[in-house]
Amino acid sequence: MTTLVADTRTVFSRELRPVLRDPFTIIFSMVQPLVFLALFTPLLPDDSLQWFVPGIIVMSCLFASSMTGSNLLFEIQTGSHERMLVTPLRRPALLIGRALKEIVPMFAQAALIVAVCAPFGFRFNLVGALLGLVILAAFCIGLGALSYTLALASKNQEWLFWTVQQTLIFPLLLLAGVLLPIDNGPGWLQALARGNPLSYVVDAERALFAGDILSSATFGGLVAGAATAAVELWAGVRAMRNSD
Amino acid sequence: MMETYGLTKHFKDVRAVDGIDLNVAPGELVALLGPNGAGKSTTLRMLTTLIPPTSGTARVAGFDVVRQQREVRMRIGYIGQGNGAGHSQRGRDELISQGRAYGLGVRSARARAATLIESLGLGEVADRRVSSLSGGQRRRLDIAMGLIHEPGLLFLDEPSTGLDPQNRANLQEHILDLRARHETTIVLTTHYLDEADSMAERVIVIDHGRIIADDTPAQLKAEHVGDRIILGFDHETDAASAAAAVARFDPERQDTRLTIRTQGAPRRVPEILDDLRTLGNPATEVEVVRPTLDDVFLKLTGRSLREGGTADSRELVEV
Ligand SMILES: Nc1ncnc2c1ncn2[C@@H]1O[C@H](COP(=O)(O)OP(=O)(O)OP(=O)(O)O)[C@@H](O)[C@H]1O
Ligand SMILES: [Mg+2]
Repeated sequence: MTTLVADTRTVFSRELRPVLRDPFTIIFSMVQPLVFLALFTPLLPDDSLQWFVPGIIVMSCLFASSMTGSNLLFEIQTGSHERMLVTPLRRPALLIGRALKEIVPMFAQAALIVAVCAPFGFRFNLVGALLGLVILAAFCIGLGALSYTLALASKNQEWLFWTVQQTLIFPLLLLAGVLLPIDNGPGWLQALARGNPLSYVVDAERALFAGDILSSATFGGLVAGAATAAVELWAGVRAMRNSD
Repeated sequence: MMETYGLTKHFKDVRAVDGIDLNVAPGELVALLGPNGAGKSTTLRMLTTLIPPTSGTARVAGFDVVRQQREVRMRIGYIGQGNGAGHSQRGRDELISQGRAYGLGVRSARARAATLIESLGLGEVADRRVSSLSGGQRRRLDIAMGLIHEPGLLFLDEPSTGLDPQNRANLQEHILDLRARHETTIVLTTHYLDEADSMAERVIVIDHGRIIADDTPAQLKAEHVGDRIILGFDHETDAASAAAAVARFDPERQDTRLTIRTQGAPRRVPEILDDLRTLGNPATEVEVVRPTLDDVFLKLTGRSLREGGTADSRELVEV
């Protein structure tokens, strides 16, 4: 019989296959953040690449995994999602497999960003960066599961999915200090940021890419990533069970 | 193979399924018949673990559909009313990943996919994007997906909708063959009455979420409608005197026609015609109308299920 890993691989490879068959869209979206970096970094003070690059990697992974539910919406309407729900595939595998399909290309993109930025003085620690990606993956699996749940909830009203997705993603990003540091902001903003699990993930990424592996930032990121994944997977499985 | 007790599903104030008790024995082929919105799909969706019942219980393939979902899922196949194959996928890929989902190894999933592609005539389209297939081709692909793991119990929700007559016949043959070879238990819904009539040995009529009849097609027809013999005469007076001659059958007269309701009409016709001839009042035209399931349906629900082109078993005999 199958295992959770095998089930996840089944879902993941099913999702990824059409992309690999028609890779242009994904290549295009992988290059986008490079353009963003090229136009944005000249505006930043010297040496801010070190601070900025991990944020960009988090941002593109976040955007991608928040889209997990968008393809699902279509499959809910046509009937193929229902067909998959009747198979013995483990429910978390349906969530994780779909989220991974969004996340894995972003990791390829992260490698590309790091490779492009290295000649411009971006230093990174390989072990730290890999651990950073593990934390990021956990967080983004949670976010993907949330996006999946959102798609289930909006199956009869597609606008709901897009409205909620757009409404949530920007505050989440800004309140995590991805693009601009929070440290100089007012107290209420800092308080909100401390309640945002993504803040801990972003801090961990910065520490880990810089090689500061055994730090409290790493620990915070691990906890935030694992907790987000656990809570959202649980909620997603429940939503699948109760969805009409 | 399957038992339900008081199976019920309410969506807000819609009583989609309203207390269904159903027992299906291994190897049976059961057709659920009912008008749009009767609750057929909702029933199948509860039996296949897709939605939890509001109340009541169901055991499918020996397991409870709420508490033992994975056990149920491993033992059943389901071909839903929509398209099982993802539109951005290719047919063969979908078949293989469906096989993998049921725990087949890569090689056996490939081999099964190839066999089904062949037997459902999908060879030319299996490696194209699903969105480019015709409705009927897509439907056949869905059916192939439902069969990939050779389930012992198969649920089909309107499997033949969208197929042309040839493919419909082909599908019926496939289903009957599956049953003959593997003793698969089959529960299907259909709007094609002739299909239910010719394939299923048990027809369950559902209306407003309840079972209103459950029997063999022959028994349903005999019990609820019966045969009719329609006799035609040249003049109303002839018809009237003929009515007196066959009074024991309690005929109804309408102008120059007499209608007799009886069981086993074809066996009675010679006797009746002889009687009339002996009395010097022969019928000039005779028609035997055997009931269709649609007549049963009309009788039970007051509505017709018939779509254009459904076969009708009228035999007109000139005397
Ligand atoms: N998810 C849902 N939410 C609300 N109402 C629903 C839902 N699914 C079905 N219904 C309602 O339940 C009733 C039964 O629907 P169902 O799909 O079971 O009918 P059916 O017998 O399969 O009809 P058809 O022949 O048209 O496929 C209908 O009134 C339908 O509108
Ligand atoms: Mg239906």
